[in-house]
Amino acid sequence: MDRPLRLITANPVDQLARTVEALLVVASAPLSAEELAQAADDDAERIELALGLLSDRFREGRSGIVLEHVAGGYAFRASREAATACARLFERPVERGLSQAALETLSIVAYLGPCSRPEIARIRGVAADSAVAGLLERGLISEAGRDDGPGGAVRYRTTPLFERVFGLESSAELPRLEDLGESAAEIRERLHSVAVGKTA
Amino acid sequence: MIVRELELDLDAFEGPFDLLLTLLLKEELEPADVDMAEIVIAFVERLAEREELDLEACGEFLVLISALLELKARALFPDEDAELAELEPEEAAEELARRLAEYRRMKEAAAWLAERLAGERDRFFRVGPAPLAPQPERKLAAQDPEQLAATLRLLAEPPAQVSLAHMALRFPPVAQFLDRFRAVLRRRSRFDFDAEVGSLSRIDQAVAFLALLELRKTGEISLAQAAPFSPIRVSRPNNERGSEWIARSA
Repeated sequence: MDRPLRLITANPVDQLARTVEALLVVASAPLSAEELAQAADDDAERIELALGLLSDRFREGRSGIVLEHVAGGYAFRASREAATACARLFERPVERGLSQAALETLSIVAYLGPCSRPEIARIRGVAADSAVAGLLERGLISEAGRDDGPGGAVRYRTTPLFERVFGLESSAELPRLEDLGESAAEIRERLHSVAVGKTA
Repeated sequence: MIVRELELDLDAFEGPFDLLLTLLLKEELEPADVDMAEIVIAFVERLAEREELDLEACGEFLVLISALLELKARALFPDEDAELAELEPEEAAEELARRLAEYRRMKEAAAWLAERLAGERDRFFRVGPAPLAPQPERKLAAQDPEQLAATLRLLAEPPAQVSLAHMALRFPPVAQFLDRFRAVLRRRSRFDFDAEVGSLSRIDQAVAFLALLELRKTGEISLAQAAPFSPIRVSRPNNERGSEWIARSA
């Protein structure tokens, strides 16, 4: 035996990482660590280790495929440097022509959902039928039961696709509602000053 | 300035103000679909174009737009009528401010989402329908082997033969009729085709007719028929010269 001996230092979760990689390739939506553990028939702790290994292997600047933690799970996407090339081949139809009305409706569903069309109309001051229909068609919201009582209105909530399109790990990543816009007291004050200014 | 002639260009309606009012009152247009703020903006813009303040127009507009707002509010929140009517002016102002704040927050949230979306424009990923999960294995209840065998035997039994007899068309050879007609003509100088084949089946009659045409073609017989569908008279060729109708070769 003339060949020199080589020291093989395989990562203990290397094989599991390959299995997780395969699962993520065949999945059409993000897979949670629990789902991966179940499919790979391994324990969640080792799955986390394997995901760590893959995150390093599939990251921006190193690979054309990037592993991301999105919509409560893990999924592969194209690297940002390949975005121009991807845009020549595909478009992101989900967000094309998303109107102001649709975005406002989406915000209401994201923060207050599950909520019904009358609730959305009450906040926006205009009927929400077409905005809701458009969001349903794009798969950004889905039905989530009905209001209590007979003939209760259908309620809606955002879908995992919403989180994925907006690059959110979960809805908890949305800014706190209290931190947005003016408070009722501020608006009241402004209304008052306008009223006083007019009558003066 | 005539308020009713105010030209409007809204999402839900395009035309003069009075037509919008008519459509709303006739319930051909949903008040919920009409953006009231746009109407106010259109009016204020028209007002700003004029140097003098047209108080009469302002008054008329205020009456009309407030009526429309009430109409829309009632359409949007039918069950809140009573609740809001009971509010004191101070409470009503508080409620208005609360609702405005709520909407303002959602508007800000929408702006945040729009900004986020713009930042995520270069994230491409695959979206597809969820793949089919493996079919769960169905556990069967314990089966009786005897019953299973009986069921299988039923399946193994060949089905009854379907009779196709009615579909089989067996044609007798034409030659058979050629010989037969030649023999008849040897005995008699003429014969009646219908009488000769009347007792045969329809298929035999058809083949016999073909044989008749064949004989006519070869000049072995002459054919005569007084009128369509009347009996066909068959005779030896030399006997039939000058008959009233001679069939032409088929």
